Amino acid sequence: MRKKSAFLPSLAYHVFASFLAAVIMVPFFWMIITSLKDKGAMLTVPVQWIPRNPSLLSFDKVIHLFRFDSALLNSGIVSVLATVVTILSAAMGAYAFSKIEFRGREGLFRIYLATMMIPFQVVLIPLFLVMKELGLINSFVGLIVPSVFNAFAIFMLRQQMMTIPNDFIDAAVLDGAGQYRVFRMIILPLTAPTLITLGVITFMGTWNDYLWPLVMLSDRRKMTLPLVLNVLNGQYTSDYNVLMAGALISMAPILLLYLVAQKYFKTGLQVGGIKG
Amino acid sequence: MTSRSYQRGLRMALPFLLPSLAGLVLFSAIPIVVAIFLGFTGWNGLSKINLTSGFFPMVVDQWVGLRNYVSILSDKEFWRVLGNTGYYIVLYVPSILVASTVVAMILNSGRKMIGLYRILYYIPVLTSWVAGALIWKWVLSPDLGAMNNLLALIGIHGPAWLQDKNWAMPGIVLASIWKDAGFFGLILLGGLQGIDPTYSEAASIDGANRIQKLFRITIPLLTPVLFFILVITLINSFQLFPQVMIMTTDAGPNGATQSLVERIYKYAFKYFKMGYASSFAWLLFVIIFFFTSIQMKMQDKWVNYDA
Repeated sequence: MRKKSAFLPSLAYHVFASFLAAVIMVPFFWMIITSLKDKGAMLTVPVQWIPRNPSLLSFDKVIHLFRFDSALLNSGIVSVLATVVTILSAAMGAYAFSKIEFRGREGLFRIYLATMMIPFQVVLIPLFLVMKELGLINSFVGLIVPSVFNAFAIFMLRQQMMTIPNDFIDAAVLDGAGQYRVFRMIILPLTAPTLITLGVITFMGTWNDYLWPLVMLSDRRKMTLPLVLNVLNGQYTSDYNVLMAGALISMAPILLLYLVAQKYFKTGLQVGGIKG
Repeated sequence: MTSRSYQRGLRMALPFLLPSLAGLVLFSAIPIVVAIFLGFTGWNGLSKINLTSGFFPMVVDQWVGLRNYVSILSDKEFWRVLGNTGYYIVLYVPSILVASTVVAMILNSGRKMIGLYRILYYIPVLTSWVAGALIWKWVLSPDLGAMNNLLALIGIHGPAWLQDKNWAMPGIVLASIWKDAGFFGLILLGGLQGIDPTYSEAASIDGANRIQKLFRITIPLLTPVLFFILVITLINSFQLFPQVMIMTTDAGPNGATQSLVERIYKYAFKYFKMGYASSFAWLLFVIIFFFTSIQMKMQDKWVNYDA
């Protein structure tokens, strides 16, 4: 698909494209510069665009005072588990909706889809009450377990699984394979690219999630990165060097993941099935 | 469709359906029903209730009928918050359409260094809103922030942004555009790459110039994707939340950046007016549903599906 549409002459194109990149990067430069300053340097006017006495003190402060290392671990555990739960449950559900015939299938699927219309904020309070009932407030399990139902993921995977020819399954069943074997050996491998894309989206979504953890977790030791940053924001309101060091640390792992998983996003996000 | 004799029956489907079905009931269906009842109560969240035992007696005990809805709709606050959201939408939605189109066209040019640009444009999308909002709060700091110091270099005296009631919302809009342009840009890129190049070639042969091709071919063929983006950005705008919470303490000077979800969160988990907050959340649903339906109705007028 590499066609040359000479919309702009080459030089003008690169000047414009890199200018836009520079504008987008300014806040990040600002974050990095600030995280390397001490409080005095942060407050000097005119601004030091390049810190005169760079120091890593704010990183030290963030990691030790705020246990960013444990928040990092919490975020990692929660995001990995939520991703696994989402993918597994959604793949199983999608398999039932695409490849097993049962009465009421279409009706049930429509109910699944209908739940996507209700904004999360509507169920926030009752969901909190359900978790309280189950004794799961302030626990990772409570934070993660709602991932078991993800209508969007089921929808996306069902669309994918519908394209797998039934003959594959029939042949396997004739050879004596059971349901679980079919699911594991045929369905999962053939939908792997979608599973991975969905996995990356889910991981990033959970890693960056704010509202649900904010409601669920009050124990400092269990907080995920965004929540610790939130607490940091409340306590170090004006110590931006510390805040920026925290922001930088919270970003690093997800950036690395993106660079590794990049090839799955190569072609741009295709919006499937939106034709009316 | 070939017939399938081996994959039949609820008994076969059930083991696969069980996890999501349990989730549907516990974390979606029950909460929706509970939310409907809560919206008709004056429950303050402080009296302890159990969903399994004490919930319905509480509902009967605290029943207020439509009073929550009436008092929200007759309160000036609700309309002011809706006005704030409207202001956000008016600034944000057109800007994000333009910004993401620019991003998509840059990335669709087929030139060198696209891989690098793509990564750079996408970094804000990967950043959590909490981190992004913290960064922007500091960028927009009146005297010490990057924005006003950069503006000063070209002789502009910048406003106090988040501390000025007129500039707080535009500040939040700036951060939101920065955060979202890469995301919607990549979705539009997907749309651009799906356009058959023969259209453009045929137009060139007929003597169309670039601008004509842009407005007569590219944009009309992109309308389905633009429509999708419009629907999503509008829904997201009504759910404006983390930016407001992190960037503006107590939602800005004179509540200039208060948003619907910010109100719902504070009513529920700061003031413990759970019933009132539930009604508020249902109104949010009605608003989103209303505007999405209008967009669905209007799409015949401008969205072009015959590519």
